[in-house]
Amino acid sequence: MDRLLNVVSALSVALFVMVLVSTRRAHIRVEYSVSWLAAAAVLFVLSRAKGTLHWLSEAMGITYPPLALILLGACVFLLVFYRFSIRISDLKDANIALTQRVAILEYRLQSRDEKDEDQARA
Amino acid sequence: MNRPPAPGSLLILVPAFNEEGAVGEVVREVGQVMPGVAVLVVDDCSADATASVALQAGADVLRLPCHLGLGGCVQAGYKLAFELGYEYVIRVDGDGQHDPHAIPRILDVLTSARCHMVIGSRYVGGDTNYTSFSRRAGIVLFRLVLRPILGKWVHDPTSGFVGVNRQALAVFSRSFPLEYPEIEALVVLQRRAFAFEEVPCRPRPRKAGRSSITALKSIYYIVHVLLGVFVNILKYEGGRRRRGTRPPPERLPREQAGLEQ
Repeated sequence: MDRLLNVVSALSVALFVMVLVSTRRAHIRVEYSVSWLAAAAVLFVLSRAKGTLHWLSEAMGITYPPLALILLGACVFLLVFYRFSIRISDLKDANIALTQRVAILEYRLQSRDEKDEDQARA
Repeated sequence: MNRPPAPGSLLILVPAFNEEGAVGEVVREVGQVMPGVAVLVVDDCSADATASVALQAGADVLRLPCHLGLGGCVQAGYKLAFELGYEYVIRVDGDGQHDPHAIPRILDVLTSARCHMVIGSRYVGGDTNYTSFSRRAGIVLFRLVLRPILGKWVHDPTSGFVGVNRQALAVFSRSFPLEYPEIEALVVLQRRAFAFEEVPCRPRPRKAGRSSITALKSIYYIVHVLLGVFVNILKYEGGRRRRGTRPPPERLPREQAGLEQ
């Protein structure tokens, strides 16, 4: 059990460092790094605080505490993915509206140019 | 379309994606059937010469800088038509499957009947020989699902040969389903107490290209559309409960009709 908890601790530290590095290089914006950093921190704390993990697993009716940790980790990541799904949907809507607006503005500019040319010729 | 549209004017909207083999003939045919009527091809960022072929055939072209899919492409056309002040818009697909000779019939019903949307239906006459068994089965399923929602039978809910008046145009320019839009669009209009009619029209084989709907996509299509219909109902009913009001009146208030994103 200890080995599994150590692996989870190592993975959460790796995730934490990876997200920090990506944020520093501007590959991830700060507001999106918060979810990942929080997820990594929760996993690390639970894998180190064995008393809390035992209490949680008993409360969840799970006899093997690392299984409770894995379940909690899955829930945390599901929440992160859910949050990003909302964000991606917002961005897609904005992207579509912008694309349509750019096309319409280009069309209207071109129409205006053609009209000006026609008037200049006349 | 440099001139402003005349009162009661009609725009033919042709969404097209990689349709260089068909779109030119579609535009020319529309021009022969409806001389003097503006034709707008919305090019959904085609990789081929769709836009230039359409221009050469005499259409105006709205070029989307990114590929949006059918719903986003059609909505872009609806937005432009609404902003330019068109009263009626009839959508004709760029693959040549819609017979432009049915346009006058659709326009007649749209202008004379008290309805907001007219569907050029392949099945109003009862002839179902146009499509495969699986597609027919899908359409029957959609008919059954839509019957209690719409309060009347719709024979061809997946038809893209659709005419709308300015009130429906106002709604669609603000809110239009993005993927597989035809069925959801019916629900969007019905939730606003708008009316629709169907007129018979005979489909033709594609002039070029091939359908993007595969067997696997058909299953996705059915699930997506059913979910979209359900979400539209929830969205509308939820909004109505929150407002505690009756459904909006048939005619949109001016400020609402003119509101753009």
